[in-house]
Amino acid sequence: MSNLFDLLVAGLATGAIYALVAVGFTLLWQTSQTINFAQGEFVMLPAFLMLAAMHAGAPFWLAIILGILLSMILLGLAFKMLLVDPMMRHGVLPLAIATMALAIGLKEAVKQFFSAEASPFPSIVPTGDIFILGHAVSLQSIGVLIVAILAVFGLTALLNRTSLGHQMQAAAQNPTVARIIGVPVERMILLTFLINALLVALASLLITPIYLAKFSSGEVLGQAAFIAAIVGGFNQVRGAIAGGLLIGVLDNLAAAYVSTQYRAAVPMIFLIVVILFRPQGLLGRAEERTV
Amino acid sequence: MKSTLLAGALLAFATATSAHAQAIKLADVAELSGGGATVGTNWKNGIDLAIEEINAKGGVLGRKLEVTHADSQSNPGVARAQVQKALDAEPYVLLGPGYSGSVKVTAPLAAEAGIAQIMGGEAAELTQAGNKFLFRTSFGQQSSMPKVAKYIHDEMKAKTVAVVWVNNDFGRGGRDVVIKELDRLGSKVVADLSTEAGQADFAADVGKIKAANPDAVFVYLNEEESARILKELKRQGVTAPLMGETTLIGQKVIELAGDAANGARGHVGLTTDAPVDLIKQFREKFSKKYNYVPDHNGLKGYLAVYMVKATTEKMGKVDPKKFADTLHGLTIKAADEPGILMDVTFSDTGDIDRQSFLVEVVEGKQVVKQVLPKVK
Repeated sequence: MSNLFDLLVAGLATGAIYALVAVGFTLLWQTSQTINFAQGEFVMLPAFLMLAAMHAGAPFWLAIILGILLSMILLGLAFKMLLVDPMMRHGVLPLAIATMALAIGLKEAVKQFFSAEASPFPSIVPTGDIFILGHAVSLQSIGVLIVAILAVFGLTALLNRTSLGHQMQAAAQNPTVARIIGVPVERMILLTFLINALLVALASLLITPIYLAKFSSGEVLGQAAFIAAIVGGFNQVRGAIAGGLLIGVLDNLAAAYVSTQYRAAVPMIFLIVVILFRPQGLLGRAEERTV
Repeated sequence: MKSTLLAGALLAFATATSAHAQAIKLADVAELSGGGATVGTNWKNGIDLAIEEINAKGGVLGRKLEVTHADSQSNPGVARAQVQKALDAEPYVLLGPGYSGSVKVTAPLAAEAGIAQIMGGEAAELTQAGNKFLFRTSFGQQSSMPKVAKYIHDEMKAKTVAVVWVNNDFGRGGRDVVIKELDRLGSKVVADLSTEAGQADFAADVGKIKAANPDAVFVYLNEEESARILKELKRQGVTAPLMGETTLIGQKVIELAGDAANGARGHVGLTTDAPVDLIKQFREKFSKKYNYVPDHNGLKGYLAVYMVKATTEKMGKVDPKKFADTLHGLTIKAADEPGILMDVTFSDTGDIDRQSFLVEVVEGKQVVKQVLPKVK
């Protein structure tokens, strides 16, 4: 039983990170029909930007700020202006393929400029345990969960409670009407790209101390987040959150109770079942687009 | 005029060919990228350092050594293609790869070409297939695992043991031997956990170890995965003593796992922390050249080149066909060839006999706790 509790906590912590990445997926899809297959690599890169800042002599806190800012410039602004905007004119599929190429490019660039070897990465959460209901739970798991939940709540509040959020929703649901009533649609789209960059930088900061900084570490994350987004509902932020948590827990339970060899297969099978019986995702709505 | 040009061209060609023939060509295929990048990079740097030293002192039998490095991408399929390409260039000796799986698929190619292959793989089965051209630079699992099992049973006094291994040739080979030995000694294996190469998340595996509550945990994974599981073991508060091999307590693992590596123990055939003067000197030279402390793979690459030198000097000529025969049964003493670092004997199967070490990680450093003597 204590084993199950540990597995649930660890699964939720990993799932919360998947959720952050999956939310970014859905945001980009909602506002600009971008399916970003480089999303995993987007999580890998900020850690290396932070490491580069630390190698240049910056303290950890400054490296985090620089890393997040650089991520927003490179993975938000530059990604939109240099890749999405020019490719979008040719349709969704060429853009999706271009993001696949970007994923390969990012991996190779990090391998070339940094190293193919893994590097250690400091944790923002101290190591140690706290006791919940008589169970020792690591501070790191709790810290990851709290930061991820705060980020998701912050985002939901922004989308639902502020004028800016309402404008973003309007831009996503019906750009033509939004434009007529004076919503700066282009700026709203750019904003979602910047928010996605912020989310992946945050995910990078949380996951890298556990997975280590490595050029290939985005592969697993990108895939998990993609599955999470589809399972939860590609057109709903809350769907992506639920999907992320579900896949995190499912992955851990599968590794423990099915078999380590087949752990990767279980979320895939679940994905197929969801697509067969509820193609809009568990919380998604058919034929609707909101953020 | 035409004939003068032709004669000139021929002369230039002849000079180039003879200069080329002067150098002894070695071919290296290693894990320079992918999961084994730590292994391959250390191995390659060790080779380069040895060659630089030997050439600075006039080479082998008056001829310089030359090496080409190829990247297996830690992938047996790529390794096979790279080895085939390297063999087509007819090297004197083939060096590498480091991963057992890659060695397994490339060894038949080298044997067919009649070229000796000096490699880094440690899987037990590699030297048991009757290959007459394959040589180790470190212990095979059949030599190291009995020492590990004995230590877990005698010194750690563990009655129950959890065994975590990576699901590839290397991991499976080690797991089979250690479980057999533990069983023979009377320690019970209460958890037998296979993990995947490149696995990032070890929460579930560590959860299973916790549930089994063993007296000791034997961890047999590659370097990066070892670092990740060490962190997870610490995260979940597993306090049972940890025992492994070189891959659990290597420099890279300590760097990646930080505090979580403290207290882990391992049997090590080669370590740069060994209380051996020649190894200390090697470590100093390597660190000075590459700005980092090498792990045992750096030593293996370095030794591979000195094995070539000592064997060639023993033959008194550069003869690729006789190389393997000469190295079988050969004892190389560090007093005669300091580059070999410790006295070593090669068996008829290409296995080695050498002293080894028991190491514990104390405050982020490898500390040698015991020196285990050469078997014969």
